[in-house]
Amino acid sequence: MKRIIVCVKPVPDPKHWGRVSMDPDTMTLRREVIPSIVNPLDKHAIEAGLSVRDSFGGEVVLLSMAPPSAQPLLREGLAMGADRAVLLSDPVFAGSDTLATSLILAAGCRYIGDFDLIFLGNMSIDGSTAQVCSQLAELLGLPNVMHVTGLSWTNEGKVIITRKIENGFSKLVGIPPLVLSVRKELNKPRYVPFTGILAAESKEIRVLSNNDLKIDPSQIGLAGSPTKMAGLEIRRFERKRERLEGSPEEIVRKLMDKIYQIGVI
Amino acid sequence: MEKGGQMEIWVFAEQRGGELHKVSLELLGKAKELASKGGRVTAVLPGHDVKAISRSLINHGADRVLLADDPRLGIYRIIPYSLLLGGMIQDHRPDIFLMGATAMGVELAPRVAAKVKTGLSAHCIDLSLDSQGRLLQVVPGWGGGVVATVSCPEHRPQMATVMPGAMKALPPKEREGEIFEVAVELPDENLGPEVIEITQEKPQGLPLEKAEVVVAGGWGIGSRENWQLIQELASLLGGAVGATRPPVDEGWALEGQMIGQSGKTIRPRLYIGIGISGVMHHVVGMEGSDHIIAINSDPNAEIFETADVIVVEDFKKIIPPLIREIKNRLKKQGSSD
Ligand SMILES: Cc1cc2nc3c(=O)[nH]c(=O)nc-3n(C[C@H](O)[C@H](O)[C@H](O)COP(=O)(O)OP(=O)(O)OC[C@H]3O[C@@H](n4cnc5c(N)ncnc54)[C@H](O)[C@@H]3O)c2cc1C
Ligand SMILES: Cc1cc2nc3c(=O)[nH]c(=O)nc-3n(C[C@H](O)[C@H](O)[C@H](O)COP(=O)(O)OP(=O)(O)OC[C@H]3O[C@@H](n4cnc5c(N)ncnc54)[C@H](O)[C@@H]3O)c2cc1C
Repeated sequence: MKRIIVCVKPVPDPKHWGRVSMDPDTMTLRREVIPSIVNPLDKHAIEAGLSVRDSFGGEVVLLSMAPPSAQPLLREGLAMGADRAVLLSDPVFAGSDTLATSLILAAGCRYIGDFDLIFLGNMSIDGSTAQVCSQLAELLGLPNVMHVTGLSWTNEGKVIITRKIENGFSKLVGIPPLVLSVRKELNKPRYVPFTGILAAESKEIRVLSNNDLKIDPSQIGLAGSPTKMAGLEIRRFERKRERLEGSPEEIVRKLMDKIYQIGVI
Repeated sequence: MEKGGQMEIWVFAEQRGGELHKVSLELLGKAKELASKGGRVTAVLPGHDVKAISRSLINHGADRVLLADDPRLGIYRIIPYSLLLGGMIQDHRPDIFLMGATAMGVELAPRVAAKVKTGLSAHCIDLSLDSQGRLLQVVPGWGGGVVATVSCPEHRPQMATVMPGAMKALPPKEREGEIFEVAVELPDENLGPEVIEITQEKPQGLPLEKAEVVVAGGWGIGSRENWQLIQELASLLGGAVGATRPPVDEGWALEGQMIGQSGKTIRPRLYIGIGISGVMHHVVGMEGSDHIIAINSDPNAEIFETADVIVVEDFKKIIPPLIREIKNRLKKQGSSD
């Protein structure tokens, strides 16, 4: 194994989501007041990268597109054991939708170069589109697998991937380079020892701007994003308290619809 | 392509092993509604030996079916499927392309959108057209705390994945529709990871904390025999059984199944509480669940304060028919995934 890239997204801490407000002019969320954390699933992605490295060698590089203030969060991943980090920061990146985000991350991956695996979280907790894995892979011209819950290796260097589908699992066999996005069942992120925190202090975080990546500015940021926000609404966290009325038969039917909508059957 | 103002709306017909996913029929229902001001609904059906499904697609609203039949499309794989769909979009230039937000759709749609360089919205809960005929896509974010309306003004097709159950399928009726077989051109190599096994889950004795679904029973269940209903419902939903204190005391449930202050804290996708009053001791252990359904015969039960869906009824009138319904549904789904 030469190199494993792990994509890490800073997200607003759900403990403080009640404080989010909206700027009606720009149709964006005012989230400066909310502290950021590492997207929870991305810790599982980091763990996946570290455990491959621990078995097969190579280095783990964290990759994030975020404001410069994200550096302390990348240190957390370095403390877990990642070798170095690359932070893509430039005002022209702001407002990117998933296609533009993926284009920027793809440029970051090419800049880092020579990788065998890219790990992502399956979904972020804020935008929660789950679109970046497949789009990044397409833009890099590599195969990808989402919903990954298990990984094992054959003697010939092939990887057996287990992934969650409705009511079950499927297993695939692939050959790196591959782009994989993981679910939390895959592993348990390791405990960070104090020595890890100390070691992280001296690890490199390289900050790159678009001067380094040289992406056509018309393809990225708010202007380069095909999707536009046409409306935005904040809902306070309250239980819906919707009462199902009718005869028992009617209630059962409505209940079936609800359970189906939640997506568990 | 807007030929004489005709809007071309595509729906991805998702099948595994020849079983059509229900969300595809729901999307046809929505597409038909969107096309009511002048448009054509096309179902895109990739697979192998799946022509028989076309009839059902037409009867649920498809004006035509584009059938891509090839052995290499028999089992879903992202590379051949995305190459096929990307090519078809470039050939036919639809205005709108809808897919289900299923395990397959969530993976496939973004890849196709990136291939044809268009916008995509995720897990839509609603779709409509604005006055200029542009698709408005309502998407949840921040765990449902933020709801955004997304549009894709300049790129085509306008693509969206839609949550299963968010749209309504039309009642099927005999309709006219055309079936076109499209030529499938795929490279012989580099088709990405191969599927070697597909298994159905038999989730029994799932640990509470790991379960996506928890069915919890309380003192109101009344007896050990009735408790079997809780177990049956949980296993049908692929979930785990939880309990309040009294069922544990009675020996219906094990200590490790108790949820609450002195038991476990859970955050499943779905919690169903049956015959539970909802005192704080219990609620602190389940209030983080994504969705909460509560069934209690007492309209003033406290648990309703913490519920998304409220059923005021004797559980004995609800749970046995619910179990029957779910069994029917699962039978119909068969090995669809
Ligand atoms: C309410 C809301 C709705 C939105 N709806 C849409 C929409 O419908 N369509 C659309 O195109 N955009 C949408 N966006 C914008 C989208 O969230 C951003 O483009 C975001 O930069 C990436 O998408 P995500 O967070 O949804 O990523 P996901 O695809 O959910 O993230 C999966 C993984 O990708 C990696 N990743 C994602 N972003 C980064 C990053 N910046 N740096 C490093 N790794 C990363 C992480 O490993 C992460 O776990 C929406 C945003 C909000 C707030
Ligand atoms: C220090 C301490 C710690 C505790 N820790 C926990 C804990 O961790 N977890 C926990 O669960 N409890 C705990 N308890 C116990 C807790 O206080 C409650 O006694 C318990 O949660 C009540 O359980 P219940 O809701 O099942 O029963 P009840 O409060 O008796 O409620 C039964 C409910 O069933 C309904 N019902 C009856 N018949 C039917 C029917 N046919 N159909 C539908 N509904 C029906 C009734 O309307 C009623 O609301 C603790 C108590 C103490 C003092």
